[in-house]
Amino acid sequence: MRAKDQLGLDGEAAASVHLERAGMRIIDRRWRCAHGELDIVAVDGDTIVFVEVKTRRGLAYGHPFEAITPAKVRRLRLLATLWLAATGRRGPLRMDAVGIIAPRAGAWRVEHLRGIS
Amino acid sequence: MSGFGRAECVALRGLEGVGVQIEVHASSGLPVVHIVGLPGPAVQQARHRTWSAIARMGLTAPSGRVVINLTPASLPKAGTHFDLAMAIAVLRASGVVPPDDEATALLGELGLDGRLRPVAGTLPLARAAAEAGMTRLVVPTASADEASLVAGLRVLGAPSLAHAAALLGAELEPEPVEPVLADPVPARAHAALDLADVVGNRDAVDALEVAAAGAHHLMMVGPPGAGKTMLAMRLPGILPPLTQVQALDVASLRSLSGEPAAPTLDLLPPFEHPHHSATAVSLIGGGSGAIRPGAAARATHGVLFLDEAPEFPRTVLDMLRQPLESGTITVHRAAGAASFPARFQLLLAANPCPCGQFGSGDCTCAPQQRRRYFGRLSGPLLDRVDLQVRVDRVVPGVDGERHRRTTADAASRVTEARARAAHRLHGTEWTAMGHVPGPWLRRSLPLDRALLAPLERALETGSLTMRGLDRTVRVAWTMADLDAVASPSLTHIGRALALRKGIPA
Repeated sequence: MRAKDQLGLDGEAAASVHLERAGMRIIDRRWRCAHGELDIVAVDGDTIVFVEVKTRRGLAYGHPFEAITPAKVRRLRLLATLWLAATGRRGPLRMDAVGIIAPRAGAWRVEHLRGIS
Repeated sequence: MSGFGRAECVALRGLEGVGVQIEVHASSGLPVVHIVGLPGPAVQQARHRTWSAIARMGLTAPSGRVVINLTPASLPKAGTHFDLAMAIAVLRASGVVPPDDEATALLGELGLDGRLRPVAGTLPLARAAAEAGMTRLVVPTASADEASLVAGLRVLGAPSLAHAAALLGAELEPEPVEPVLADPVPARAHAALDLADVVGNRDAVDALEVAAAGAHHLMMVGPPGAGKTMLAMRLPGILPPLTQVQALDVASLRSLSGEPAAPTLDLLPPFEHPHHSATAVSLIGGGSGAIRPGAAARATHGVLFLDEAPEFPRTVLDMLRQPLESGTITVHRAAGAASFPARFQLLLAANPCPCGQFGSGDCTCAPQQRRRYFGRLSGPLLDRVDLQVRVDRVVPGVDGERHRRTTADAASRVTEARARAAHRLHGTEWTAMGHVPGPWLRRSLPLDRALLAPLERALETGSLTMRGLDRTVRVAWTMADLDAVASPSLTHIGRALALRKGIPA
């Protein structure tokens, strides 16, 4: 496995921990279909939350959130509807973003944005 | 996380300014910058200049979603002078710069390195800021002198965004930077020309002096090489110097055209000489985005010289009728309407015929060609030209020894004549005889029957029209002013009539 993919997995794991601490329950991870992949699907109360996770080693290439472009948000929405169709679940929906700055040395920083679109 | 910041700027519609307030709201969300309030392309791109400049200066921009609103939101905004105000409003939203405690307008373009660059139109923008009630103005260092020409504004020059932020109360020590300099001011070509250089052509010099004294529009007709252009370029020198307000208008219009500004006000009346290939837009003003003044507006309070006037397209010439009538030009564009002052003195030069030799040599033109040539100068335009004078080539030996009039002599005579005219016209809306309409002239300044006799004879024989009569009388009054007498004599009438002779049209 390449280093960047491993970093992504580590980031998703860290994001899951962060979300659970915030009182959310993870119901799906790395759900794939022909159109792409959902990082995390969680439930916050009765709201279904689709979470995009972006992890970076540092700020040299900009903040992780800057990589979540309007096009990515649009795709996240498409994947959400596909996930709903595949699982048959219904309920209020929300899109969140988790940005993780993961330096090689030192503490990781996790930022959580609720309702990005 | 949520932040709010404001800063003041101005937008221009022609020479008139509108106060523009810039609001910035920073909130949590994915990083994105929205600019709203009808920003033009240059204002849209300001986001990149602003964010780069803030980063290069080591300052902090808000991290999340940022909305920048330019109010009034319905007014289209064009130009790069909003950069500084946008950047400062952004820095207020992120808490770097404290809110303003004084009405301060901010003007200037940002470079990616954070240095401030001068913008076109600084002078009219500064004027507009003062009119909008601002007491303090921050501009790029290079524009500080220009902006200081406006009274009632405390002008602060800043070389970079960090310096501007520090001036506005941010707690930081800006690093010294090399300020971006303005372009050097070009010398005005007609500034040092003296009337004494003109050899011969006494009539034409007289006519030029009369034109200056009465603000009469003048047409010179003569063969190529007779010295029409030479004479024309010496008119601004004998006109009365501009008043402070007029000079500010002229400098503002130059500034709007993107010309580098002089550190002091230029009191010499402007001289614009568009080429006859000029388009309507170049003469009247226009352009996409910000509406720029044309040659007619830049000639305001000065001289608009059309050399080879019949070669101008007729549609272009007729564009001049509105400004000649009202003294202003209104340009309508998709971005809105803009008004410019355009009270200029029109100076036309023409050859007597297409080949140029009619009346002085071997003309090869058919009569029909000659008629068509002058027909391009439409009646309504020529109607407003009081003085039409023939300029001939100088024959060797003429005028060799006689005393030639200098610009200084002529200018002092013109100033005195203008004072007499202004005294006579006191209480009216006009200041020079050339502006007075015919009916008012006939009613309020009636002439003796004996003086009118030669004019009525000319009217009967058809060599003078009723409008032509008014023009001749106006010119006679100005001649009387130049001779420092109370009203025109028969000599003045005769000379005014003589000046109109020798014109084929």
